[in-house]
Amino acid sequence: MSFELKSGELLQIDGANGSGKTTLLRTVCGLVPADEGNVYWCNRPIQQNRQGYFSQLAFVGHKHGIKDELTAAENLEIDQILAANPSSVSVREALGRLGIGECRHQLCRELSAGQRQRVALARLLVSIAHFWVLDEPLTALDQEAQRTVCDLVGQHIAAGGMVLLTSHQKLDWSGQAHRIIKLGNA
Amino acid sequence: MRKQQTFSIFTGILRRDLKLAVRAPSQWINPLLFFLIAVSLFPLGVGPEQNMLREIAPGVIWVAALLAAMLAQDSLFRADFEDGSLEQMLISSRPMSMIIMAKVLAHWLVTGLPLIVLSPVLSILMGLSLVGWWALLLTLLLGTPILSLLGAVGAALVVSVKRGGVLLSLLVLPLCIPVLIFATAVVQTAGVGLAIEGQVSLLGALLALSVTLSPIAIAGALRVTGGAA
Repeated sequence: MSFELKSGELLQIDGANGSGKTTLLRTVCGLVPADEGNVYWCNRPIQQNRQGYFSQLAFVGHKHGIKDELTAAENLEIDQILAANPSSVSVREALGRLGIGECRHQLCRELSAGQRQRVALARLLVSIAHFWVLDEPLTALDQEAQRTVCDLVGQHIAAGGMVLLTSHQKLDWSGQAHRIIKLGNA
Repeated sequence: MRKQQTFSIFTGILRRDLKLAVRAPSQWINPLLFFLIAVSLFPLGVGPEQNMLREIAPGVIWVAALLAAMLAQDSLFRADFEDGSLEQMLISSRPMSMIIMAKVLAHWLVTGLPLIVLSPVLSILMGLSLVGWWALLLTLLLGTPILSLLGAVGAALVVSVKRGGVLLSLLVLPLCIPVLIFATAVVQTAGVGLAIEGQVSLLGALLALSVTLSPIAIAGALRVTGGAA
């Protein structure tokens, strides 16, 4: 397969379980090497342009990257430190925008699956990354949170960002430039 | 600005790992207890004969330290791998070597340093002289960071292997032999009143070598294994 993503575009990957959506996303993030072919960022293979690529990449995967023994706020502070360009959005504000502001001093172990997902998604707000890669960002979220996430994605696209996401759901990207690629069975 | 950022990533990860160690203490307390118990078994097994104990003390304490370090080492990257934090570190554009050094330092502070703190108790248990204890302290101070760094290379290689603890020991223990030889030689030499500077310098050189080279190896290993689902 081959695809290209430009600024202000959204690409949704759809496909049955086991069709390789997650593997594709992890390959795009440079976490697993591609069996064949390459991933390019600004016309250069990402292996040769790691610094430039990773400084523009934000990834929320199946594994959330959240420590159970840290509070929501402490987890986001680490994300802020790891980010190449921390945004002006504070940890408190980011968690607030995802509707879990009041849980920020709670250990993530005590949070529900949906709340943990929101903590992971709040990562997108504390850094300025051009390219968002989201693996099933809406699972475990209630309808209101799903709306919030879709809005965030929409705003990011409108501001010239790029989003690659997997989802089984039919999403309403009202007016945003978006494409859907359906993966066949492996 | 860049220097400041590099420093902030180092202190940030160090603080995070220390906080995690305080909140989940079993990971470092268990190897420490293993160390204490393993050493204290020798006077019981070999008998309370002071001369005999004094003779085998350096070897016993060092081998126990080595095994305890291996036990603790497995957890260095595994938790981060399992919950996805390692992925986030791998796709960060911040210098991976800084992240790794912070993690290894935090790990040494909670697993290596307590061994050093416990060494006086063990020296008494094994009948070491004061000079012998000083030498032991010095070797532990120089040697345990080497164990942490070498162990981290192994831990990075086996991070995606389920139950990789034994494999880790098989990989790393042979690499630790030089440290063991020089460290025990220092304590034995000090016990008979000879100069130890030569061997201590060699331990120092090994430490310098592992501090400079192992972050590269660890980062390389994590890039290969850490991204595996």
